[in-house]
Amino acid sequence: MYSKSLPYMLLLPATLFLCIFFIYPFTLVAWQAFTTDTGEFTSSFFQEMASHWKFNTALINTLLLALAVVPFQMALAIYMATLVNGMKRGRDAVLYIWTIPLGISDLAAGLIWLAIFEQSGFLNSFLHTLGVVEQPVGFLGYENKGIIFLAIVLAEIWRATSIVLVILVAGMGLIPKEYAEAAEVFGASRWQRFTRVTLPMLKPSLQTAMILRVILAFEVFAVVVALGGTNLPVLMSEVFTWQYELRDAHVAAAYALVILAISIAFTLLIMWALRVPKGARV
Amino acid sequence: MSQQIQPAKVMFDGPVHGRSPLHKYIFTGVVVLLCLWVLVPIYLLAVNTLSSPEDVNAFPKSLFPDLNTDSVSFFLNFAGVGQALWSSVKVATVTMVLSILAGAPAGYALSRFDFTGKSTFRVLVLMTRAFPLPLLALPLAVMYIRIGLDDSILGLALVHTTLALPFAVLITYSLFSGIPIELEEAAWTLGCSRLQAFQKVIFPLVLPGIAASAIFAFVISWNEVFAAAVLTIENRTLPAFLLQSLSFAPLHLKFAGGAVLVLPALIFIFLVRKYLFSMWGIANR
Repeated sequence: MYSKSLPYMLLLPATLFLCIFFIYPFTLVAWQAFTTDTGEFTSSFFQEMASHWKFNTALINTLLLALAVVPFQMALAIYMATLVNGMKRGRDAVLYIWTIPLGISDLAAGLIWLAIFEQSGFLNSFLHTLGVVEQPVGFLGYENKGIIFLAIVLAEIWRATSIVLVILVAGMGLIPKEYAEAAEVFGASRWQRFTRVTLPMLKPSLQTAMILRVILAFEVFAVVVALGGTNLPVLMSEVFTWQYELRDAHVAAAYALVILAISIAFTLLIMWALRVPKGARV
Repeated sequence: MSQQIQPAKVMFDGPVHGRSPLHKYIFTGVVVLLCLWVLVPIYLLAVNTLSSPEDVNAFPKSLFPDLNTDSVSFFLNFAGVGQALWSSVKVATVTMVLSILAGAPAGYALSRFDFTGKSTFRVLVLMTRAFPLPLLALPLAVMYIRIGLDDSILGLALVHTTLALPFAVLITYSLFSGIPIELEEAAWTLGCSRLQAFQKVIFPLVLPGIAASAIFAFVISWNEVFAAAVLTIENRTLPAFLLQSLSFAPLHLKFAGGAVLVLPALIFIFLVRKYLFSMWGIANR
């Protein structure tokens, strides 16, 4: 009945696929960043990228956005997950509503928040009704970089907290109830049970969610373009500009390697910071 | 007896029971507020979509739509929109089929067998999470020109499958793991071959879950914008089309486009909501 080759045959399509379309392209992109069209090794594309005036701005904007969005999002998702777990009635409905943004693309989220922040948008209308402004304010103009940044942060928090929430709710479901019960028997308060039992037990989920979110934060693109146009360059929008508009695949590849490098660095950092000791796994 | 033994409380008994009415009100208030935080922006997009182009560009804006379909019909009749919609559907469908065909067998193998290389494969699948996958489009754009896949539905669908495949593997893995192997074994003892047992016993049980992961793959492809914009010119998908018209399109076109993008995703997430959590439950182990 049991044939030894069967599992390998079942895995073959997926493995082949990932080798061809996941591993191979990443070696190609490194190749593209370091070699000229004639195949000579060069670092000139990196120099060209780094000396371009937008590079530092794009790098800083990307990192700042991640820093502004991810920690807040993690905290909010943890809070929402505990709220959901404390619910008796309406849990499913609330969970569905909170996970709606999961299906909404970053472009659509950008357009949704554009409806609020654009000049004739709902924020201006609201401020007008309150009598704060007479004339609509151009919130998203190039002179208001701070407001563009804020709008992107709000759109990102709005859109991508749901994925963290889903991972954490699933993770909380895996924690055996006996642990908290035991803690309560020994007199742990609600807050102590949360910090000493739930959070440590939730580490694997926190790790997954954190890695996923940070990687997504470094890929932030369409939201930025929808709300800021070219006023707020980020790494991914620069990749797009170099590849699509300036038609320089080499510099685009160099940018891609930078995104890749910070993604891997942060993944390793998070894996280390939220590591679970061997003996402590459920 | 003056002292009653309290039944053990469940872990996250949370703020609802055993607390003062004030706490209950605050709790409910916070939950409602967070629901509004999610729903109100979507509502505002809907208001813009269902208003006439004049109203979309007018100021100040009403919080209620005048239920005018001019914006939507303007969008749908805009040059290129129909084709972009059709391209999106085609790419997403191919992605859906490819990721299930490659992902489901892998999920089955992971849940049913112990074999050398199993953990290596899992690492490969999980590794995809640590990489910004849309960047794959860059080197593939060059490769595609060489092999004639440039600006094609299949070429883009292959990239989207890379995005969706890890999820398909993990969802189907959790699905198959949820079905006791004894069911299969019973079928074998009754004379079924492995394939027959799978067809007659396992397949009907996992079908809804497979459908869910297929839908999930569809949504991933439907929403993806970066690779779509890099890899397609003539066969632009809807997100790529919208992205490229951002700088010049009128507001009502953008909002109607956004709404057309959001609507299927809303329905699909509703259909697969049950499976979202089981998927991540297993993925963290």
